[in-house]
Amino acid sequence: MSASNPISRRAFAGGLLALGLGGPRALAQGFAGLGSDAGHFAPVVPGRVLTFPADHGPHPDFRIEWWYLTANLKDADGKAYGVQWTLFRQAMTPGPQRDGWANQQIWMAHAALTSAETHRYAEKFSRGGIGQAGVTAAPFRAVIDDWAMQGTDTMNVSTLSPLDVTASGADFGYRLRLTAERPLVLQGDAGYSRKSERGQASYYYSQPYFAAHGALTIDGRPIEVSGTAWMDREFSSQPLASDQTGWDWFSLHLSSGEKVMLFRLRQSDGKAYFAGNWIGLDGRSEQLAPDAIALDPIGFTETAGRKLPTRWRVRVPGHGLSIDTTPLNPNSWMGTSFPYWEGPISFGGSQTCNGYLEMTGY
Amino acid sequence: MSRALWILAVLLSHWRRHPLQFATLLIGLISATALWSGVQALNAQARSSYDRAAATLGGARTATLVSPNGDHFPQQLFVDLRRAGWPVSPVVEGQVRIGGRTLRLTGIEPLSLPVEASAAPAIGTANLQGFILPPGQTLLSPDTLAALNLAEGATPQISSGGRLPPLKPQAEIAPGVLVVDIGFAQQLLGLQDQVSRLLIGSKAAASRPPLREVVGDQLKQVEPDTETDLERLTDSFHLNLTAFGLLSFLVGLFIVNSAIGLAFEQRRPMLRTLRACGASARLLNSVMVIELTLIALVAGLIGLVCGYFIAATLLPDVAASLRGLYGAQIPGELSLKPQWWLAGIAISILGALAAASASLIKAARMPVLAAAQAFAWQQAQQRWLLIQGSVALLVFTAAAGFLLLGDSLLSGFAVLAAILLGAALGLPAVLGLALALGERGATRPLMKWFWADNRLQLSGLSLALMALLLALGVNVGVGTMVESFSRTFVRWLDGRLTAEVYLNAASDAQAGEIKAWLQHRPEVTALLPGARAEVKLDNWPAEIIGFADDPTYRDNWPLLEQSRDVWDSVARGDGALISEQLSRRMKLTLGDRISVPTGNGPWPLTVAAIYADYGNPRGQIGVAYAALIARFPEVAQTRFGLRVDPAKVPALVDDLRTTFKLDNRSLADQATLKTESKRIFNRTFAVTAALNAFTLGIAGVALLTSLLTLGNSRLPQVAPLWAIGITRRKLAFIELMKTLSMAALTALLALPLGLLVAWCLIAVVNVKAFGWRLPFEVFPWELLKLLGVALLASLIAAALPILKLVRMQPARLVKVFADER
Repeated sequence: MSASNPISRRAFAGGLLALGLGGPRALAQGFAGLGSDAGHFAPVVPGRVLTFPADHGPHPDFRIEWWYLTANLKDADGKAYGVQWTLFRQAMTPGPQRDGWANQQIWMAHAALTSAETHRYAEKFSRGGIGQAGVTAAPFRAVIDDWAMQGTDTMNVSTLSPLDVTASGADFGYRLRLTAERPLVLQGDAGYSRKSERGQASYYYSQPYFAAHGALTIDGRPIEVSGTAWMDREFSSQPLASDQTGWDWFSLHLSSGEKVMLFRLRQSDGKAYFAGNWIGLDGRSEQLAPDAIALDPIGFTETAGRKLPTRWRVRVPGHGLSIDTTPLNPNSWMGTSFPYWEGPISFGGSQTCNGYLEMTGY
Repeated sequence: MSRALWILAVLLSHWRRHPLQFATLLIGLISATALWSGVQALNAQARSSYDRAAATLGGARTATLVSPNGDHFPQQLFVDLRRAGWPVSPVVEGQVRIGGRTLRLTGIEPLSLPVEASAAPAIGTANLQGFILPPGQTLLSPDTLAALNLAEGATPQISSGGRLPPLKPQAEIAPGVLVVDIGFAQQLLGLQDQVSRLLIGSKAAASRPPLREVVGDQLKQVEPDTETDLERLTDSFHLNLTAFGLLSFLVGLFIVNSAIGLAFEQRRPMLRTLRACGASARLLNSVMVIELTLIALVAGLIGLVCGYFIAATLLPDVAASLRGLYGAQIPGELSLKPQWWLAGIAISILGALAAASASLIKAARMPVLAAAQAFAWQQAQQRWLLIQGSVALLVFTAAAGFLLLGDSLLSGFAVLAAILLGAALGLPAVLGLALALGERGATRPLMKWFWADNRLQLSGLSLALMALLLALGVNVGVGTMVESFSRTFVRWLDGRLTAEVYLNAASDAQAGEIKAWLQHRPEVTALLPGARAEVKLDNWPAEIIGFADDPTYRDNWPLLEQSRDVWDSVARGDGALISEQLSRRMKLTLGDRISVPTGNGPWPLTVAAIYADYGNPRGQIGVAYAALIARFPEVAQTRFGLRVDPAKVPALVDDLRTTFKLDNRSLADQATLKTESKRIFNRTFAVTAALNAFTLGIAGVALLTSLLTLGNSRLPQVAPLWAIGITRRKLAFIELMKTLSMAALTALLALPLGLLVAWCLIAVVNVKAFGWRLPFEVFPWELLKLLGVALLASLIAAALPILKLVRMQPARLVKVFADER
């Protein structure tokens, strides 16, 4: 993948690309349309009020959307693990939903389990319309094949809790129960998250307060774990500007109890668009101005034939945050149909604790 | 380095002075490489298309889930299995007809399709969105597109009324197959929410629950076949081709061997001089190997080009016989992989080095100042003949062993190879014996010399004569088999094709209309319905044909073995006729029980008769029509044979054709069908015959080069005779007689060998390869013709050396006494 590919943070359409949505030419034209005109899909406009449980479910009028979970876990001995569970939806064409195989939705899922020594992952694809994959808002249930993220009978729609999450690959598996007491957090400006100066945007909300416990399976061996988890929900029709080449995204659980989401969208002219939200102890989500954020690579790793900035200096001076992040496993490379780096990080500096880092477009 | 280059230049200068010799060396290498790689190209072409067929069908290479009765099953089972963690991908399949042509429509689901199941990468790299979303795409091979006479993007209507998505040619798709997204396929085939089978991806999953837990007994797992049905069925055909390719290759190497042997003899003084000038034996040898490699490289390249043309020329025949015999679709255009070129070059170089090894070893061991001992090897002749003769006997014993103990096609070929090898090895001994007898019978001095010199010449000529023997033997054998086959086949066809008109309606409804229409045609004396179902017996594809109880069959059907009440038991529905192939494969004899799997449990049948079914690779069971329909209600009831007053056939056929718009594929009269069948089956052995002719040609060249080799080295033998007053013309005549007598002796010996080969082909190889045995017949006229061809070939081969002798400057003959003695 050349560095000049405009891609989404979540790399979804990349999977389709590898499956044959087009060659390098299509890439140059803007990655299955993510960086191009949204056509007849529903537009993302400021002011839309996100409502639950409806918005937990799919939005087929929008081109793309995802249910994205990352968890920082520890076993009884204090050994750290990271878990990722992601379901993507993409509509191939706009318009009313067709039944059966004619349905225009494509589903893709990634699951990963990271430790300091290994990074294991798996991916799945499915067509919409036949019941192999899909999401329902109430009761909340997101599935593809035998992977699932679903609310229990007692799920509270405003906290999206409790949830059961399960996935497995050839050499790993996990089963987690997620619980949260605090309500969902709207990212950006009340859920409207801008991605460029020119108005590309998505609807974006998160549940960063999950406590997670459950069991991992590595090489057939069960490991009891517990920790924190962060779920992102995002949907859009044109999340990227055509000159944006990649994304560096952070979710941080601070030792103070505050939560921070930051991202940097790199542009082909070498500049970048910064955005983020500071979620205070009271749960209030404050949108950060682009110039209030500084993200600087301080250490690089050669992995999968690419040079990736796996150590970062993250600063939000307005909140007195200045930390240096270290990956749990610098080789957290997702060699999926569309490859990217995603893995747990820890950090030290003005605050300590952990989070997740994702880097695409390298 | 530069020294090596100079030595190379000196060595190469030899060829400049002997262009003819160089030409024979090249011809040998070229023909060996050409035939070998031509045959390889044909085999590779066929195999790759079987692979494609297998892969596009998604079947044989991948483990699958199917319903126990072979029916379609609900798509929900696919969803259930996926949700349980089974890496399955759905396929729906059926036949569609476009303009009278039947094609296989395969619906796949590209997102879940296991990578290993899609040897058609086209499906992966095609525009996924374009493939899935309306209007979709129909992927098909360019051959099929051309055969349909349609353009890319066309949306032809199929017999059931729907229209295919726009056609898109993809070279990777097997001929005769249309690949569409599963959604379109379900619609077109009227199989909404149904699938035909599920492919199981090999991708390891963490755990999957047992199949039974997910779907109960609605589906069963079928393990992947190591071979596809087509491969299994066509194995023998390709083995045949390979055997011929190998034979031609070996005969080609005979030529190379004699050409290099000659060059070596002539270059001895040159080598001696080079050694005396200070070139080490090692350097000299290395340069000789390099020289040979270079020549082999050039010849190999030319050979490959020739091989390509041979393959391209034979491909239509091969494709036709594979289609006719096995229903295997082979694209008519040759596509070759880089490996083919590399393998061809490699085999040319290796062959050349092998053929030259004896000469190279001799050169390596040659003492620097050794005197020319051109004929030292002839002194050891007697002992050599004895050794070779004993080896021949051993090989014959091995052949007998293979015959008694072997039970496979490979052992059949081993018998054949051992017989040929033994005969070739034994030939010099037998010829030597014959010549010794001749010598004893001769009284006049010149005659005595004639025989004695012939014996002396024997070891020099023996390789070429062996080649001739092999080529002739195989020719006789194959010719006899082909002739036996074609006569038997014609007789058999007369017995089997008894109805005057055969027709196959487009649908059951049309069949009904045609039946009603025929009621009003008084010239139709009987309407014989037929139906066929496909099953697997012991994992071998077999077909069941249903036929009506009618005197047409009772009186005409030629049976090999039969029980007393054969026709009555078949009519009752409990007896079955089985084909010879099936009886051999499953070791069934009269009275044995067979159990045929059907949708509603096994169907027990008793073997009431065994019949010949030449040319059918599948096993066949003949049962009563009504019984077949009862057990397989879903089979098409669209086939009829009509008994018609022969004089009124053309008029009836015309009426049927215009009334019901039936094309040549659906309606045929007996005569047309017979001609067509004969044409197909004649082509079965067309390739064999062509390769046969090539081999004979190469044997002729081998003889020519051997004679050329001898011609030069024989001057010391001939010169004394010339010196005592025998004219060059007379000498030439004697030489010619010698060559012809040797060739005639060899050809005579080739006749029994050929008949043995024919017997082996008919009684061993064919039975193993095709499952049927032909009556063995001998055709003396054909044998005589071949004898003439052999003599003609040797006459032509001998002409050049003889002409050289006639025109030889007396000075050269005189020089012999000065130089050599």
